Amino acid sequence: MSGHPLLEIKDLYVQFNVYGGALKVLDGVNIEVHPGEKVGLVGETGAGKTTTMKAVLHVLPEPAAQITGGEILFDGQDILKMVPSQLKQIRGKGIAMIFQDPTLALNPVFTVGEQMSAVVQYSMEAGRNLTKREVRERSITTLKEVSLADPERLLGNYPIQLSGGMRQRICIAMALAARPKLLIADEPGTSLDVTIQDQVLRLLDELVEKRNTAIILITHSLGVVRERTDRVYVMYAGNIVENAPTTQLYSRSFHPYTQGLMAAVPKLTGGGVSDGIPGRMPAYLNPPQGCRFSPRCPRVMEICRGEKPMLREASPGHQVACFLYPRGNELEINTKWNVSSGG
Amino acid sequence: MGAFLEAIDLKKYFVIGHEGTVHRTPVTVKAVDGVSFTLQQGETFGLVGESGSGKSTIAYTIIGMYQPTAGSLLFHDLDLFGKGKTRPLALRKQIQIVFQDPGSSLNPRQTIRQILELPLRLHRSSSDLLTEVVRLLELVDLPPAYLYKYPYMLSGGEKQIVAIARALATSPSLIILDEPTSALDVSVQGKIINLLLRLQRELDLSYLFITHDLSLMRNVASRVAIMYLGKVCEIAEMSEFFTHPQHPYTQMLLSSIPVVTEEEERAKPVKVISTGEIPSPVNVPPGCSFHMRCPRAMEICQRVDPAMVSLGEGHTVRCHLFEQSQ
Ligand SMILES: Nc1ncnc2c1ncn2[C@@H]1O[C@H](COP(=O)(O)OP(=O)(O)OP(=O)(O)O)[C@@H](O)[C@H]1O
Ligand SMILES: Nc1ncnc2c1ncn2[C@@H]1O[C@H](COP(=O)(O)OP(=O)(O)OP(=O)(O)O)[C@@H](O)[C@H]1O
Ligand SMILES: [Mg+2]
Ligand SMILES: [Mg+2]
Repeated sequence: MSGHPLLEIKDLYVQFNVYGGALKVLDGVNIEVHPGEKVGLVGETGAGKTTTMKAVLHVLPEPAAQITGGEILFDGQDILKMVPSQLKQIRGKGIAMIFQDPTLALNPVFTVGEQMSAVVQYSMEAGRNLTKREVRERSITTLKEVSLADPERLLGNYPIQLSGGMRQRICIAMALAARPKLLIADEPGTSLDVTIQDQVLRLLDELVEKRNTAIILITHSLGVVRERTDRVYVMYAGNIVENAPTTQLYSRSFHPYTQGLMAAVPKLTGGGVSDGIPGRMPAYLNPPQGCRFSPRCPRVMEICRGEKPMLREASPGHQVACFLYPRGNELEINTKWNVSSGG
Repeated sequence: MGAFLEAIDLKKYFVIGHEGTVHRTPVTVKAVDGVSFTLQQGETFGLVGESGSGKSTIAYTIIGMYQPTAGSLLFHDLDLFGKGKTRPLALRKQIQIVFQDPGSSLNPRQTIRQILELPLRLHRSSSDLLTEVVRLLELVDLPPAYLYKYPYMLSGGEKQIVAIARALATSPSLIILDEPTSALDVSVQGKIINLLLRLQRELDLSYLFITHDLSLMRNVASRVAIMYLGKVCEIAEMSEFFTHPQHPYTQMLLSSIPVVTEEEERAKPVKVISTGEIPSPVNVPPGCSFHMRCPRAMEICQRVDPAMVSLGEGHTVRCHLFEQSQ
């Protein structure tokens, strides 16, 4: 991509100070998002995806969480150096987030209208408070934008009275109300059936395209990422281990971890369920030296246990952090992962 | 001999509030509204459907947490809600459940040993509880060192494995798996699923497997029922289901599955664009509950709720398209 990135996460280190030591979670994370780009972020549970995004939004739980290195540039400005008033501006109009669970994101004891009014008020130009009628009208337009029928009635409803798909769309509407430049969606639609999930994600695509909004999509569904993103970042134990244009990553991935992850996806065409990648993610209290994947890697070499591999270009636009590809531009090395055929 | 487990016109309604100021009429959610199916011994029967379609409610009714509003549930021809309010212990131990959220179903203040001992105390007369607990851990491939760990020390996948071990403690014959891996990533999911498949072979277990993930379902279940708003719309053998889906909702569902390879892309039915809104379960429209989103809706669909029709060989579908052709 050409031009300046909208978001640039550079060598980000985050640790959580807990009883007994420091959990060194993020270990030099690098992510770039360009205006209008759709980026997928995938990786095992606990890899640090949400932590990375919380750092971007500046909502890590302090003082337990500590950013020990790196910078996060949004539109060229370092978020980590911002004062609260600048941050407020960024969180409202710059970056919006859709949270993992729509049932949690919406408060069950307030009506949709009550919850929306806060967002709508906030998203308007500062200076004056909107009248009740203006808030109502703005809320209705916002709901119409996400193709929700009968928005007038919806405003008086409680979340329990709505379907999961409707709740999810209300969350999207609220996130987009402020016209952000970047939308972060953490597992959107995972609790929806695939027909509604498809509808919600298509809608997100349309809105995002219309306004050239960039999006970071975090999900465990590798199928969704394949269909909906331009570029994918693969995260393992606090490191980005690979990133590539989506079509490239799915046709030809380099990192043994990415290959293991892909092999573990159950296929619609059958063939059984993979045993997954043997072993478990290392504890962050005492992460392994060198490559954090080395204890589980079937292709581990001497160097992997001592030195940390840096991200480097393996083919144009395709980066991998692995010593199997020392000079870049190398032939892909296929790691054979076991797939047992149960079922 | 009848079926291993049979649901006959099962209904479960919840009253969630009242409407109106003078005449207070109850607001009812028809969570499960006339569901029938059978589960054979040793099989994995899949239950798929949109969030809120009533899958968990069926699960909770089978384990006895809810009393059905109407209909019956037979287990080995025995009515699970026959006489008496409480289910006999001998029957209760036969049916176990593994919940979706591995974290919240384990008591955070108890060690794994205590968690596993509890069902053993209730259901077994065995004197040597520790040996039993160690055997359970072995069964699910966890080393004895886990005896004295607390749930917070375990990963999400390991918590789910403990929940499976706990379900096995009473030597059940049926285990309900309510989205056992949907909170986990694919790699951890693979381990758990293969563990479940191995246990099924070794212990001759029957599974009622609830999930959103059709690609996963394809690889584990032998038959599948598709639910939509409290009702079943199609039941078929797994291969039949993927090669000859009949209900318009099923076709839409299959064509919307996000996949990771071109080969799978070609195996999907022609894309049916999904539109419209799933009605709120409080306001289910008359007629077929799918008619507002159905690309093949006819006039009758707005008025009359279709009945289940058989298409032969264990394949049934609830849709007017097929009623007419008979
Ligand atoms: N407040 C906290 N205190 C201590 N550790 C934390 C805290 N928040 C997160 N962690 C740890 O940081 C690691 C990364 O967590 P994070 O939520 O970012 O993972 P994730 O990639 O989003 O996972 P998932 O796919 O499950 O959402 C985990 O090991 C988690 O336990
Ligand atoms: N105890 C309850 N009281 C009131 N309503 C309930 C109760 N339990 C479930 N419901 C409602 O019944 C319907 C079916 O819920 P259920 O949990 O069975 O769905 P599900 O198919 O398991 O969904 P998911 O895929 O999200 O787990 C929903 O509309 C839900 O809101
Ligand atoms: Mg997360
Ligand atoms: Mg459920």
